[in-house]
Amino acid sequence: MKKTSKKQEIKKVFSKDPGPWNFYSRAGNKYFLMDWIFKKILFISGVSIFFLVLMIFIFLVLNSMPSIKEFGFRFFLSKSWDPVFEKFGALPFIAGTIFTSFLALLISLPFSLSISLYLGEFSKSGFFSGFLKNSIELLAGVPSVVYGFFGMFVLIPIVRYLEIKFNIEPYGVGIFTSSIILSIMIIPFSASLGREVIELIPQDIKEAAYSLGSTRYEVIKRVVLPYAKSGITAGILMALGRAFGETMAVTMVIGNSNVMPKGLFSPANTMASLIANEFTEAVSRIHLSSLIEIGLVLFIISAVFSIMGKIFIHKFSITENG
Amino acid sequence: MKKLLKLAVSALAVISMFVQPLKASSVELIGAGATFPYPLYSKMFDVYNKEHGIKINYSAIGSGGGIRQLMAKTVDFGGTDAFLTDKEIREMPGSVVHIPTCIGAVVFAFNVPGVPELNLTPDVIAGIFLGKIKKWSAPEIRKINQNVKMPDINIVVIHRSDGSGTTFIFSDYVSKISNEWKNSVGTGTSLKWPCGLGAKGNPGVAGLIKQIPGSIGYVELIYALSNKIPFACVQNKSGIFIKPSLLNTSIAANVELPDDMRVSITNTNEKNGYPICGFTWIIVYKEQNYDNRSFEKAKELVNLLWWITHQGQRYTEALHYASLPKEAVVKAERIIQSITYNGKPIIK
Repeated sequence: MKKTSKKQEIKKVFSKDPGPWNFYSRAGNKYFLMDWIFKKILFISGVSIFFLVLMIFIFLVLNSMPSIKEFGFRFFLSKSWDPVFEKFGALPFIAGTIFTSFLALLISLPFSLSISLYLGEFSKSGFFSGFLKNSIELLAGVPSVVYGFFGMFVLIPIVRYLEIKFNIEPYGVGIFTSSIILSIMIIPFSASLGREVIELIPQDIKEAAYSLGSTRYEVIKRVVLPYAKSGITAGILMALGRAFGETMAVTMVIGNSNVMPKGLFSPANTMASLIANEFTEAVSRIHLSSLIEIGLVLFIISAVFSIMGKIFIHKFSITENG
Repeated sequence: MKKLLKLAVSALAVISMFVQPLKASSVELIGAGATFPYPLYSKMFDVYNKEHGIKINYSAIGSGGGIRQLMAKTVDFGGTDAFLTDKEIREMPGSVVHIPTCIGAVVFAFNVPGVPELNLTPDVIAGIFLGKIKKWSAPEIRKINQNVKMPDINIVVIHRSDGSGTTFIFSDYVSKISNEWKNSVGTGTSLKWPCGLGAKGNPGVAGLIKQIPGSIGYVELIYALSNKIPFACVQNKSGIFIKPSLLNTSIAANVELPDDMRVSITNTNEKNGYPICGFTWIIVYKEQNYDNRSFEKAKELVNLLWWITHQGQRYTEALHYASLPKEAVVKAERIIQSITYNGKPIIK
């Protein structure tokens, strides 16, 4: 009895309000309130992500103000990073980041593409493909410091051996070594997304191609790849984002030289690696602020590539009409 | 169900009464800063907690972080490997004092095939790290290492890539022995390196040295000793080649010390002192009554500092740190006595 009266009371108060409380009158559905709450939670989560990104951006801009004021646009053109005399320029690190990331992408692309084709088209199930799938997932889960160790103790001696053969200064560390490590780290991202997209291609289209006398290679070239292009690109972009931001593994094998990279095998440094290295001991205001501005640049570059990718996907994706 | 819950809560309350030490002072001190003395501090604070029932939380986030956190008044004390410059002291919201806690040394680890022992002079060190001496077979190096055959391979310099007190002590030394270094590179926790490869932390530097024949780099003495890494002898100001050890390091600090203890002891005048070493400090505000801090907390902090510079010193040797020499302890005492609460000294 008591319960009903309470409900009636609530009903009385809110009956004129068209809001969610009036769940008795709306569609007669008692779960309307739940539905409304669920929708709001989703909305709030979505919006808060947007605000989070915005707040990170604002934080970065505010904290890099001293450096922006001091160096202005020279920050992006200067090659000197001198914490003692407080002259800061980001060019070597921007170059290092972009150089290593794109090289890693280039190295990983044939592997990730063939893995996704194999798992998505040739061998969708079975023991071996299951094994392969799990191994790739495992690769994605390995902590980056472990990749760093692998690079340090396995890759560096191999690269050193190559460098001695080619008569290059045999450091073993540098752009080439870190690109290889990065390429191994990003393969899972592009491969698994590519596989999922390839699996989704309608069977009837492929069968139509086969019925016209296409070979398997032709089907892949003419049907599968064009169809999966946008998904593969999305995977590549995700992989690129990962490569941009990778810190620990890169720090361990890149050589951490704060100078412009001179060649494929020369030691260099990336933005993420520099921040991780110098942030803890940066005492002076301008040093700290310059490091944060590097973070801001990294943020913007990542955003630009992500947006560029979105446009790319949009342009090349096959729609119902196209 | 509710009864059970009530019972559980009351039982928990009774238990917690016993668990909490019966001492009235349940003060907890928070510190942050240098990673270099962290093994020593964590041992000292553990012992201090057992003896005095005061819990001390120290997070090894780096000297820069320690200074910033003290500036923001989020910690009771900061740890730093480089003393604050005059400019930094002016930027602090209050007057800050430095209390030395121990001495660390920096040694040169090397990987030169066929060379088990290496002698270095100041000129050679400056030449190598400025990138001017490029080969191990250079006449300058051969001259001081006549009993070994130096191989004809390139020198690869390995330095710290992360900002570090070790780099500070190293660069402070090289700035004293080489004008060119002083004017072009200078002293700091992070530097603009003229040559070489960077690696993160002592393990990173030691790892790269192991990997690359012909390499030389600098690591902390404690790290080299506990990992049995061979290191070079360095010629000091008196012309003697010194094999770094805890004793030589302590001797190096037997010099005239200023009252505020903001002193660099590299390139010491002492005859048997190892030239590349430095104090590490704890920094606190001189006036402890800020942000509504209780007198109790201030007193516990001062007691802790006194303990570190006296009884706590017995833990240094076992962890491969050099203890404070007598004169440094006397100066530290005076500094601790100068810490005040409402303008009155906390201990006499």
